[in-house]
Formats: sequence, structure tokens, C-alpha cells
Amino acid sequence: MRDIAVELKDVTHRYGDVTALSHINLTVAKGEFFAMLGPSGSGKTTCLRVIAGFEQPTSGRVTLGNEDVTLLPASRRAVHTVFQDYALFPHMTVAQNIAFPLMIAGVKKKERMTRAGEMLERVKLSKFGGRRPAELSGGQRQRVALARALIDGPPVLLLDEPLGALDLKLREEMQRELKSLQRALGTTFIFVTHDQGEALGMSDRIAVFNRGRIEQIGTPTEIYDSPRTAFVSTFVGSANLVEGPRAAALAGAPTRFAIRPERVRLADLTSQPAAGALRVSGKLIDSQYLGAAVRLTLALDDGGEFHITLRSGDLEQEALHTRLGERFAAEFSRDDVKAIPE
Amino acid sequence: MTPGWMKAALARLPTWPYRISLSARSARALTLIALLLPPLIWLGVVYLGSLFALFAQSFLHIDEFSGVVVHKLGFHTYAKLFTAANLDIIRRSALMAALVTIAASIVAIPIALYMALYASPRLKSIFFVGVLLPLWSSYLVRVYAWKLILAKEGIANWVAEHAGLGGVLNWLLALPGLGGPSLSTSYIGTFTVFLYVWLPYAILPIHAALERVPKSLLEAAADLNASSRATLLHIILPLIVPGIAAGSIFTFSLTLGDYIIPGIIGPPPLFIGQAVLAHLGAAGNLPLAAAFSVAPLLILAGYLYIARRLGAFDAL
Repeated sequence: MRDIAVELKDVTHRYGDVTALSHINLTVAKGEFFAMLGPSGSGKTTCLRVIAGFEQPTSGRVTLGNEDVTLLPASRRAVHTVFQDYALFPHMTVAQNIAFPLMIAGVKKKERMTRAGEMLERVKLSKFGGRRPAELSGGQRQRVALARALIDGPPVLLLDEPLGALDLKLREEMQRELKSLQRALGTTFIFVTHDQGEALGMSDRIAVFNRGRIEQIGTPTEIYDSPRTAFVSTFVGSANLVEGPRAAALAGAPTRFAIRPERVRLADLTSQPAAGALRVSGKLIDSQYLGAAVRLTLALDDGGEFHITLRSGDLEQEALHTRLGERFAAEFSRDDVKAIPE
Repeated sequence: MTPGWMKAALARLPTWPYRISLSARSARALTLIALLLPPLIWLGVVYLGSLFALFAQSFLHIDEFSGVVVHKLGFHTYAKLFTAANLDIIRRSALMAALVTIAASIVAIPIALYMALYASPRLKSIFFVGVLLPLWSSYLVRVYAWKLILAKEGIANWVAEHAGLGGVLNWLLALPGLGGPSLSTSYIGTFTVFLYVWLPYAILPIHAALERVPKSLLEAAADLNASSRATLLHIILPLIVPGIAAGSIFTFSLTLGDYIIPGIIGPPPLFIGQAVLAHLGAAGNLPLAAAFSVAPLLILAGYLYIARRLGAFDAL
């Protein structure tokens, strides 16, 4: 096991009667890119705020490195945060913003301006040092916030929905940049997101939050391929959740399982099922063209809906799914079924 | 048959859509003028016009013997204004206004900080009522109440004596220039009452400026390891400078022009407001009264200019 950067032990946090976090246990290793994923109100941001020191947990312990920081205020913790709204100081220039942590640390003016200049170069904003934050675009502000939080080399960087305010193209670009920056610096990154694509694409490990609890912690592959709860299976990627008698009738042993829509194929009811394949049948009620894929919805004969995602250009399948309103079989392999414990 | 010249003329006419849009635009312009005219008249004629009339008055002068206003422009009245006695009045008023402004900012900043950043919603509303309540009661009554508080037989004296601070009070009252027979007849008293009366005008704009500071900036400062002191110094204070400036304009100009407080509390020498009143009344010297009221205008204009040069309004 690598050295530990952050550890939460049985952390619970309540706002009045509302429990925002309940018995959170997690360990983030040094140099890890760790994502906290969940829908809004799931507790992921509260968890970040507990690590940053903005919230004192109601119970439990927070450790940074080897130091118990549970009772330390944010101003005395070595971690820095990139805020969702960037929180740049509007009355300071970009360079002054970036040099702020150095000024607080008492670094001489000449040195801190040199180091701010280097940092500006690193985030490709050399020309903007003299501007005010209000004169920058969203993406540029994001880089300034990043540079400011990294300039004094914190062991851990917390990012609160850092890419949420950017448009899609810029977001993808920043994802790559963040990742390469993190690799180059070796800093532990903990970032909060509600975007499962972002979490899967960037992080070494993911903690999936739901209703103040962690549902599962694991690598992106583990989370996607072996979801341990129904929530994880449907929140990370999409999944058809099959449970109860229908599940038992189909697969036998597991009484609840998930099947990814991209693992399902459409078949004529009259055709012969492939060896080891499972089938459900229903009426094709919707076909949604997404560019790279087509998303189909079947209304099952015994109630409920079933989703199928087909790759565009699959001619054999396309011949079938244009027949909206007809009954079809949805076929999937037993190997692709993910059993989900009750 | 249309003659050729007529065809050419028609072709030169603007096309219909263009003409329609033009007339729609001019209709909109007319509506705009109709809507803006009443406030513009109010601002231009009633407001600035009367100020201009005042300014113009100050260039007339009064005939020494008959006491009649001579309607001839000149600098006679300003020559009168710049005599030692009158300059003394202006200097005294400006100094008092400056001291009250500084003191009001020093007292108002911590109160506004507490209200905006630390007080619970309930406590905050109590603070608001506390700040605003005095403004709902008569100003004159409050000033007379202060006269009683500060009088020799008043509660301030009584408390000072019983707290064993009689010596300190006597030492204060013995200070040359500031003291006097009692608090209510000394400049210390005038200053105290000015500070009390105008304090809400300093607190409210500073509080409003603080409310506009995003909380995430304070969290960001703490997150980057700034102490509360450093956050106050480097983040909060620079961001509320416009609020402090706005409050200081209120306290400064209100003190500069007031004639009631120095008339009731403090020693006999006049302040600008009292001088204006005196020249308007029995003396009937309207031009000199006007010249006296131009003085605070100029002082304030100078103050605003300096504040602007120092960047007090940059964040607006």
C-alpha cells in the first residue's frame, strides 16, 4: 500500500436534523486521482468541505498525511481547493491572485512574482498576469484558480465540480490538461463531480455517493463492470435492472441483476436464441438516434421498460429497429449479467 | 405609362420595410423622451437649477448701508467669505466633519462586519432595528436628549464620577480648544453627538458592501491559509472600500452642513450651517449665505476627487 494522503474514519456530518454524511470511511493514497461521484445532495461536496476544513464533522476523524486534522480550521490545513465558482479575488490581478498563497506564507515580493510568472506559463496564461479576473473567460479563470491552488505545492488538491461551468469542448480539453498536470506534479487530486463520464475518464479510483453514504469505492472498471449496488449500476452508465421473479426465471441463481444496454441486442421473436443467451420480449416503443449510437426502449410484456443501445451502422440491427410498435425479443449473454446483492 | 424620370425617382425612394422600421424607431424614441422628460425636468430644473441659482447668488453682493442685494456679478461676497473670521468657521466645520467621518468609519466597520458575517439571522435583525430605530424618532428630540445626558448634572457626568473617572473627565474638559465647562458645552460633546447621529449612515453602506462580498472568497482565503487578520486586511477591506467611501460621503457632508447640533451642543463659535442660517435671518445677507453654502460643495468635490484618484470607486 502506498502512503496515505487523506483518510476519513467513520465521518458523520449533520446540519440540524439533516444527515449530510453518514459513517464515511475512505482512504486516498498519495498521488492518486480520486473522484467523488454522486447526484446533487448526495454528500460529495460536504465530504470535500470536511476534508478542506470548512465543516467540522459531527463525529469521526480526518487525517492528512499522518496528522489528525479533525479540529484544525481550513486556514491551518495544507490542502487547497479549486472552487466551483473559482472564487478569484476580484480586486487583484491574475498574478496577484496566483501569488496570494506565497504572500500569506511571507515569501518576498520579488520571488513570489517570479514564481507566479512560472505558474502562469504552466497554465498557458503568461500574457494575462496583469489582467483582472473579470477580464478573463471561464476557462481562463479556471486555470487561474488551479494555478493559485497549486503554487505553494500542496500535498492534496481538492476540486469542487471544477469543470461544471465550462462548455463541452473546453471541458474535454481541461479534463486532459488536468490529468496531465496531475501526472506531472504527482499531487493527490480529489475531485467532486456529478458527471459519471468525467469520473470514469479521469480518475484512478471513484467513490460513488448516494444519500450521504458511499455506495462503492473502486477503479473505474470495477465501478462500471462490477457495480455492487443497484444505485451504482444505474447511476454510473445506464443499466437495465432486473429483479424479483423475473430475474429468478431468467438467470436462476441471482434474484437481482443488471445488464448494460450496450450488451443487449434486438432479435426477431421467431429467431432461434444463441447458445447461453437470455431473452425478454416486449413492444418497441421508442428509437432515439444519438449519432454514434441508437437508443431503443422496449415496453416489456410483463411490465417495465428495457433499454438497448446499438452502435450506429449495425445494418442487421438497423433493419429491425425501424419497425416501431412491433414486438421483439431483447437478447443478452448470461456472461454479461451483473449480479447485484440485495 | 409612367414617365422615365418618375421611375428613377421612385427607385431612389427608401423601400417600404426600411421606412416602416424607421418610423417604428422614431416612435420608440418619442416614447423614451416622454418617459424621461418628467424626471429630467425635475433633475435639471428643480434640482440642478436651484443649485445653480444658489451658486449665482453668491456672486451678487449686498449694499453695506441699505442692506439691499446689488444685482451685479462680482467677487465682493467671496472677498467677505475669505476674511479670517469666516475662514475660521469653514476650517472648524471641515475639521469636525473629517474627525466625525474617520471616527464613524472606525466604529462602523466592526459593527457592519459582525452584522454581515457573524450574526445569526435573528441577531442580525436585532442589529438592524438597533441601527435604524434612532432614525425613526425626531432628530431634534434626540439631540436635546443628548444635551441632558452630557450636561453637568447629567448621566454622563454622574456615571464618570461614580466609576471613579471624574478625574479623567475633568482632564478631558480642561484640554485647551476641546474642553469647556461641561461635556454639553465642549467640542467633545459636539463630536460625540455628531458621531451618534450620523453613525447609521456609515454602517448601512458598509454593511451593504460586505453583503456583496461572496462568501466563497472568504473561504478561498482561509483555504489558502490566510489568517482572519490577513483575510480582513487583504480581501475584505479592499472590497468594501466603496462602501466605506459612500458612508464617509454621508457622514462628512451631513456634518459639514448641520446647524442644529452645534447650536444646541458645544461652545458658541459657529459652524458653516449656523453661519448660513445667521446670514439668511436677521442679517438678510443672501449672497454671503450662498457663498457659505458653496464652501461645503467645493470641499466635498475636492474630497470626491481625491477618493476617486485613490481608486475608492474602482470596484463599483
